[in-house]
Amino acid sequence: MSATHRVVATADHQGESLWLDVPKIRADFPALQQKIHGQPLVYLDNAATSQKPQVVLDAIQRAYACDNANIHRGVHELSVRATDAFEASRRTVQQTLNAAHSQEIIFVRGTTEAINLVAHSYAGRRVRQGDEIIISAMEHHSNIVPWQVLCEEKGARLRVIPVADSGELVLDEYEKLLSSKTRLVAITHVSSVLGSINPVQRMIEMARVWDVPVLLDGAQAVPHLKVDVRELDCDFYAFSGHKVLGPTGIGVLYGKKDLLESMPPYQTGGSMIESVRFEKTTYASLPEKFEAGTPHIAGGIGLGPALDYLNALGLDRVKAYEEELLAYTTERLLEIPGLRILGLAKEKACVLSFVLGEIHPHDIGTILDQHGIAIRTGHHCAQPLMDRFGVPATARASFSFYNTRDEVDRLAKGLVKVTEVFS
Amino acid sequence: MSELESLYQEVILDHNRRPRNFKVLESANRKAEGFNPLCGDRVTIYLEVDDEVVKDVAFQGSGCAISMASSSIMTESLKGKSLVEVERLWTTFHDIVTGESDESSGQTDVGKLAVFGGVSKYPVRVKCATLTWHTLLAALHETQQAVSSE
Repeated sequence: MSATHRVVATADHQGESLWLDVPKIRADFPALQQKIHGQPLVYLDNAATSQKPQVVLDAIQRAYACDNANIHRGVHELSVRATDAFEASRRTVQQTLNAAHSQEIIFVRGTTEAINLVAHSYAGRRVRQGDEIIISAMEHHSNIVPWQVLCEEKGARLRVIPVADSGELVLDEYEKLLSSKTRLVAITHVSSVLGSINPVQRMIEMARVWDVPVLLDGAQAVPHLKVDVRELDCDFYAFSGHKVLGPTGIGVLYGKKDLLESMPPYQTGGSMIESVRFEKTTYASLPEKFEAGTPHIAGGIGLGPALDYLNALGLDRVKAYEEELLAYTTERLLEIPGLRILGLAKEKACVLSFVLGEIHPHDIGTILDQHGIAIRTGHHCAQPLMDRFGVPATARASFSFYNTRDEVDRLAKGLVKVTEVFS
Repeated sequence: MSELESLYQEVILDHNRRPRNFKVLESANRKAEGFNPLCGDRVTIYLEVDDEVVKDVAFQGSGCAISMASSSIMTESLKGKSLVEVERLWTTFHDIVTGESDESSGQTDVGKLAVFGGVSKYPVRVKCATLTWHTLLAALHETQQAVSSE
């Protein structure tokens, strides 16, 4: 098993071999080249945040060391360079998502801010008493709480699509929830806990019957799947830079141009204005209307090379490699007596939440860490989902294309050691 | 003993497997709930206090091995102690889990609490050990609000 990291998957439709040169890829990630408690780091907390390749670190360094200036205002050379680099990243995001216009790409702090922006500027203006917003039972708190707060404020009702034992959304129930009262559907593209890849295309088509707009939380999707917002025909799409090889503090809200144009600003101040008089202020056009204040310039500049890196690998290859890794990990983990995986959706990203007998996930996490293995333990900011599966917490191993079968083997061995401690 | 072995000592594992005083205490006249939102640990402490002395104590809840063992061993250490002694024990325990305990101080009532010395090497796990104690103090002081270790 460990003889090669080159996992050769099936040929794609163009007959091209889908493989990744993982040892070469790993060399691009400085953080992966270290030992933790005397053992080579096995980083399996990618759903929390990914590691960053050198090209991203270089871009951030260059932004501060060479091209540091405020953007969109200076006539001087540095400001031009900074603005060009920042706007180049916006175009990279646009191309990555296949958005029709670069103005549809709004830079925000992350997925959380993107969702709050839509809750405030879109839903906040449209939702009335008695209206309904639909989310799912597998949402991250960031795609629950903004809607809950809004519903409380407006006297609206939050409806929740249930999750089956398999970790898949129950579409029949979703269909029943949709009605003339529905103002918005906000669902995750890929579950951060269960790994389930939701059938969002079909769910958007179902919402269209009622003329209901759909927001997708793509935080866990963009690092692993080819996302095409036009093919999906989603109205809003949100993701965070730091989960997709980029810096923290930068994220993206994609919105259809006509929707964004119809929405009032989220925050007000500098950058987002066209003219300010004490009598009346007029707002800038997209995307600046939603980008008040000096943004995270270096973060934006770092996000472009992050997406370029991923796109150069090819999301077809990444997906094929990660699917293979998921199958292998699932098989290895299920060999461990008492281990139960939560979520075995047919369409699934390489995220494995599990419980191990009566052993608390926190104890699992501490013992694995002593063996150099980083996983996440706890409720993963998805308490309603923990309740749904009747567990207070889980352990979660989440993978990236730079993880290997050797690392899966070390995880499996580590878990056996955990059971030995608690035997 | 490795750091891991010192964290998960046999006494701790034993109390996690078979927690002592794990029940609702019918005679309780004080009660408090504690919650660690980060890891989902929950504990309810029941106390019967009479004339400034802990007559009986029990707990219920769920959590990691450190938190369960901490509750279990704490309840064993408290029976018959005066409230002043309980406060002193808490100070001692806190020093043990944060690595500030001074061996030369001549503390004699440490007893089983010493097994938590390994926790001091794991700063993120200190909360697991102290949640139950914070909850105990809330019960003693009859604080109404649930205790959160975050």
